[in-house]
Amino acid sequence: MNANPSPKVNWPRVIGRAILHTVVITVAIIWLLPSMGVFVNTFRPKQAVGSTGWWTILVTPFDFTQYSLENVINVLAGNPEYVETCRENEEIIAAADSGACDELSNSRDRRTCEQVAAGERVLRRCDLLTDLLSSDGMARAFLNSLSITVPSTIIPILVAAFAAYAFAWMEFPGRQVLFVVVVGLLVVPLQMTLIPVQRMFNVLGLTNNPNFPFLAIWLAHTGYGLPFAIYLLRNFFGALPRELFESAYLDGASKWTAFWRLALPLSVPAVASLAIFQFLWVWNDLLVALIFTSGRYSPVTRHVANLVNSLGQDWQVLPAAATISMILPLVIFFALQRYFIRGILAGSVKG
Amino acid sequence: MQGQRWWVPWLYLAPALLILFAFLVYPTIHTVILSFMDENGEVLVTEHCKSDVCEWGIFHNYWYAFHNPSMQEAFVNNIRWLVFFTSITVFLGLVLAVLFDRVRYEPIVKSAIFLPMAISFVGAGVIWGAQAGVYKWTNPAKPQVGLLNAILVALVPGFEPKNWLRLQPWNNFALIVVGIWMWTGFAMVILSAAIKNIPKEILEAARVDGANEFQIFFRIIIPSISSTLTVVATTMVINVLKIFDIVYVMTGGRGGTDVIANRMYTEMFINFEDGRGSAIAVILLLLIVPVMIANIRSFREQEATR
Repeated sequence: MNANPSPKVNWPRVIGRAILHTVVITVAIIWLLPSMGVFVNTFRPKQAVGSTGWWTILVTPFDFTQYSLENVINVLAGNPEYVETCRENEEIIAAADSGACDELSNSRDRRTCEQVAAGERVLRRCDLLTDLLSSDGMARAFLNSLSITVPSTIIPILVAAFAAYAFAWMEFPGRQVLFVVVVGLLVVPLQMTLIPVQRMFNVLGLTNNPNFPFLAIWLAHTGYGLPFAIYLLRNFFGALPRELFESAYLDGASKWTAFWRLALPLSVPAVASLAIFQFLWVWNDLLVALIFTSGRYSPVTRHVANLVNSLGQDWQVLPAAATISMILPLVIFFALQRYFIRGILAGSVKG
Repeated sequence: MQGQRWWVPWLYLAPALLILFAFLVYPTIHTVILSFMDENGEVLVTEHCKSDVCEWGIFHNYWYAFHNPSMQEAFVNNIRWLVFFTSITVFLGLVLAVLFDRVRYEPIVKSAIFLPMAISFVGAGVIWGAQAGVYKWTNPAKPQVGLLNAILVALVPGFEPKNWLRLQPWNNFALIVVGIWMWTGFAMVILSAAIKNIPKEILEAARVDGANEFQIFFRIIIPSISSTLTVVATTMVINVLKIFDIVYVMTGGRGGTDVIANRMYTEMFINFEDGRGSAIAVILLLLIVPVMIANIRSFREQEATR
């Protein structure tokens, strides 16, 4: 027995652990910093965002006077100031175009008007800006995103579940071949379909249809989401024990009952992962939204992308807009992390 | 199975098959046809050749796709993305998975790296962009409010702040960094799960036999997760081929940063050159199909070994 109770310090090991912890924590901080910037700037006054870096709050993080909801409110509800400025601008541009600068009442406006007429100065026009920042900017886009995403998640999963059930538990000629064809559609990038689908919607009158503003994009997302959803659910249904279904049929259950009472309830984990994956995919999508939505029916991604391209000197509200567009996915991420990760991993093969 | 009417399965399948046909099968065929047509998609491209001569005859739109300077620039940029984005995400994902496996607060640091996967490319464009993000550039006379320029000004004496998204060819790498930031978490989580699946006894046995950590990494860990590595790498390659939103939001493809998918969008929906856009889409499809097949194949292989 060793009489000495004090253990020897294993220095190489201690140093190794110290380096490991330092590297791991540094990497995690580096990864968080970019998002931190946008998050912090969301809650700072517009003037501060433009003049000092977001990290200046780290000196006195609990000094709450340095925070403000100004940008959030402006971007959600719209700032009358922007709308007013651009209305004045429109007036000046019109006067400059018709050579009537002298008719303007304000002397500063007259000078601006002359500069515009001489081509020395360009004023921002209203059309895009009023639409983006008018009374219901991001708030409307957020509701649009919800109206697009919820049906675009439920419809494909339901349609896919019916098909997957048939592929898993029914017998019909060509079952294997048809399933391979459906899975094969996973390789088709949705870029391949955009023009023909757009033309189809034009023919059906679904483009810019004020009565059904979201029908086109619901259908498009359903189509793009189906191959993957069928593939995933078919594999899950197929793994359920056969005896379960056989005893249910013996007890007189129909296919229909077995689908609703057995297959679906037993597949809750798979359906949850799939639903989260599809929800995030649709919520974060820009390309499909650019083509199948328009104007006041744009979702948050498209709205923020428009803001990026048009705000110019008013860029200080961008972080607030971006945060609003990301808040729901982040809540889902933190609340349902397990399903979230499983969904994303399974979804890696989506086309 | 007990007697069922022959049409019952088709009732369950009908909605899915109808939608798949309308939104994937028919449009794909139509796009292939459009790629041989003129800009309006009405007559064959050979009847309306832009430059009077029809190079490659009916494949004129494909000739355009390979010879137009903007397209050639896009191809070069996609190759840059392919090389750097793919290798760095897979490499970093693997290294982080191994490192994080050794600390007790693994779930927390993993969340930090995986978090950007929840964010849209548009959101990432704002987080990193030249307007309000990390790459923000302001007049050198004023304090820099963009993180990158502020750090460099503070650390490097006499550093002149740079407009990173205009600085060729580095602006491409600035965009690739954003992609890496978003997708490394994906690689890390998948590879981490695969590493944890390696039987502990094998690692123990190797250590008992005197193998050091590097030998264990290269001789045991890498070979055991090779099919998972293929899944991750091929997924990244597919991402690269389809990369669109980051470029669209952050630079709009200006300043020499254009990529194939953004060119396709420009030709289709800004220039309204349906034929050219369709040809680019077909090229994308042809590039993606083999990678996708490799991806699905190793995905199933990896499932089988679980």
